[in-house]
Amino acid sequence: MTMTPTATQPPPSPVSASPIRGRANRRGDRIFSGLSMAAGILVLAIMAGIGLFLLVKAVPALRVNTANFLTSSVWLPDNTPSRFGIAALAFGTVMSSLIAMVLAVPVGYGIALALAHYAAKRIAVILAFIVDLLAAVPSIIFGLWGLAWLMPRTFGLFAWLNDHLGWIPIFRNDLGVYTRCLALAGIVLAIMILPTVSAISREVFVQVPPAHIEASLALGATRWEMVRMAVIPFSKPGMISAAMLGLGRALGETIAVALVLSATFNINWHLTEPGGNSFAANIALKFNEAGPTGQGALIAAGLVLFVLTLAVNIVARLFIARRAAFSGAN
Amino acid sequence: MALSTAGPTSSLHQTLTGGKLPGWAPWVCAAGSVLAAVALIAVLPVNGRAQTIILAVLLFVGSQTAWSFAVEGRRHAVDRLVTTLIYSAGVIALVPLVAILATVIIKGLKVFSGYFLLHSMRNVSPLHPGGGVYHAIIGTLEVVGIAAIIGIPIGALVAIYLVEYGAGKRLAYWVTFFVDVMTGIPSIVAGLFVYTGLILTLGWQRTGFTGALSLTILMIPVMVRSTEEMLKLVPNELRESAYALGVPKYKTILRVVVPTALSGIITGAMLAVARITGETAPLLLTMFISASINFSPFTDPQATLPTFIWDQIARGTPASLDRAWAAALTLILIVVLLNLMARLLGRVYRVK
Repeated sequence: MTMTPTATQPPPSPVSASPIRGRANRRGDRIFSGLSMAAGILVLAIMAGIGLFLLVKAVPALRVNTANFLTSSVWLPDNTPSRFGIAALAFGTVMSSLIAMVLAVPVGYGIALALAHYAAKRIAVILAFIVDLLAAVPSIIFGLWGLAWLMPRTFGLFAWLNDHLGWIPIFRNDLGVYTRCLALAGIVLAIMILPTVSAISREVFVQVPPAHIEASLALGATRWEMVRMAVIPFSKPGMISAAMLGLGRALGETIAVALVLSATFNINWHLTEPGGNSFAANIALKFNEAGPTGQGALIAAGLVLFVLTLAVNIVARLFIARRAAFSGAN
Repeated sequence: MALSTAGPTSSLHQTLTGGKLPGWAPWVCAAGSVLAAVALIAVLPVNGRAQTIILAVLLFVGSQTAWSFAVEGRRHAVDRLVTTLIYSAGVIALVPLVAILATVIIKGLKVFSGYFLLHSMRNVSPLHPGGGVYHAIIGTLEVVGIAAIIGIPIGALVAIYLVEYGAGKRLAYWVTFFVDVMTGIPSIVAGLFVYTGLILTLGWQRTGFTGALSLTILMIPVMVRSTEEMLKLVPNELRESAYALGVPKYKTILRVVVPTALSGIITGAMLAVARITGETAPLLLTMFISASINFSPFTDPQATLPTFIWDQIARGTPASLDRAWAAALTLILIVVLLNLMARLLGRVYRVK
């Protein structure tokens, strides 16, 4: 079937040779398509394998745990009896990520709008380059910089928040010490997820049909009215998923958080006081000094983190997928 | 034409252009705000550079919006306000980048030298200066190289499956979905997977190779996404011409489709490599740390630049922090160079 063109050729010899070549080609095709399909299946296998192996290696530690895994905030897995729970880790992870979201999502949308609909092309190229470079900075450098450069510069802000908004628990600081706190981790995470949020929302902003944009401008809308009435309604699902993908990245960030926080195992709503911890940071900090049960406990925490980020990412992707389906109507 | 008298002309002129701020208005507002901020800071109980800048920006936003509201009306005032906010967002992204690069360069140059690049940490105490990142550079090159050798072909094959073979198939839908989800997997989870799967279950040693495997997992989804985009850009006419000449499908892909998209694929591969070069967390679990030169990725741990920085920070002495900054400078140079090269390549050889 692949050799039909040769049938029309006048000399007889290629025709007689073609079936043999044809078979060889079909074998080549089978091998190559099989290989590429196997690579695709490997991706699914890795995802299944992550869940499976983490679960299998977490169970022995969970069995000997005498504290409540979900509600306790102690972390003494290598003691006898073993006691550990993820409450403090979950609190720190979610809090630092929420701070990051609150700071990074509006700025990320702003950058994406500037790139897609505001800035002149030359400025947009430079801005895109800046954001790309920010995305390329390794997380360990974010952590090192967060401690050395950023932290001393946040003291004034945190003190101001305590003085003026101290009646809100999250801004209150009874210690007068503002080092290595969850709020600082949140700011560092915000900078780290900024490129994610802006890159993905930019992708949806540029997909807005030019006809919608031109129509609203032709009717006399200002640029902001055009954005509000043509760009944002069209891009809303994509914007939500950009924010969620940023959240997913913040939840799983390890090294920067591990460096910036002074790991403690308590739930403290005063976010500018030293302390706090996260799933990922705790694993990185404790793994190499943990005994067998300690490693199992960390693997269990890793499993929770995996499920959490998986859920966030799946929901985010479903938003984008739904959007892709209806954009075909244009 | 009919507007010969003075009265109607000026009124028409006003309805067309009257309600608009002159082009120099933002500059006047900006200059005025800066001057006012500097003056106010001297009077008010607050001081500091950052506070002055914040005050100037607030004054600028306020004065321009108020002026525009008075002359142009509410709609245009809101428009100007939002435009200012959106451009400020761009400037906000610039601040941390400049601060990071400046800090790393200034602190890194303290002990960054040829000696630093060409010596290992063997027999160097954390308390004393000296030593370097030679062993970590070797480790980084080998570990990232192995990860790339495994990850790039797998990622490219997955992309080829999705674009060339999988169209409309159920399996392809799930692979696409999980590749997307996999880009969001925390790097430490990839490290835990290799640790539980290969080191705990199969009893492998922690070596450069297991570290490379954990990086491969992080690399594959990035590689798939970029290759997929590039393959989709290859015009269908090229494929159809090849089929019409009787070229089998796999040969069409290998000889026509992939070469056409090659520059884009290489760009994507380099960006994926740049991404994993800076990974620390999975390597701490899967290959650990070493102070000595180890050329073999299959026996004993190796050092890499990110884990070297982590280790030096953990020691916490002034000498080791200097080394951490110099290693950070080395790492950022490598990563930024990879990024620049990739983008340059992508720009020069774009798929046309």
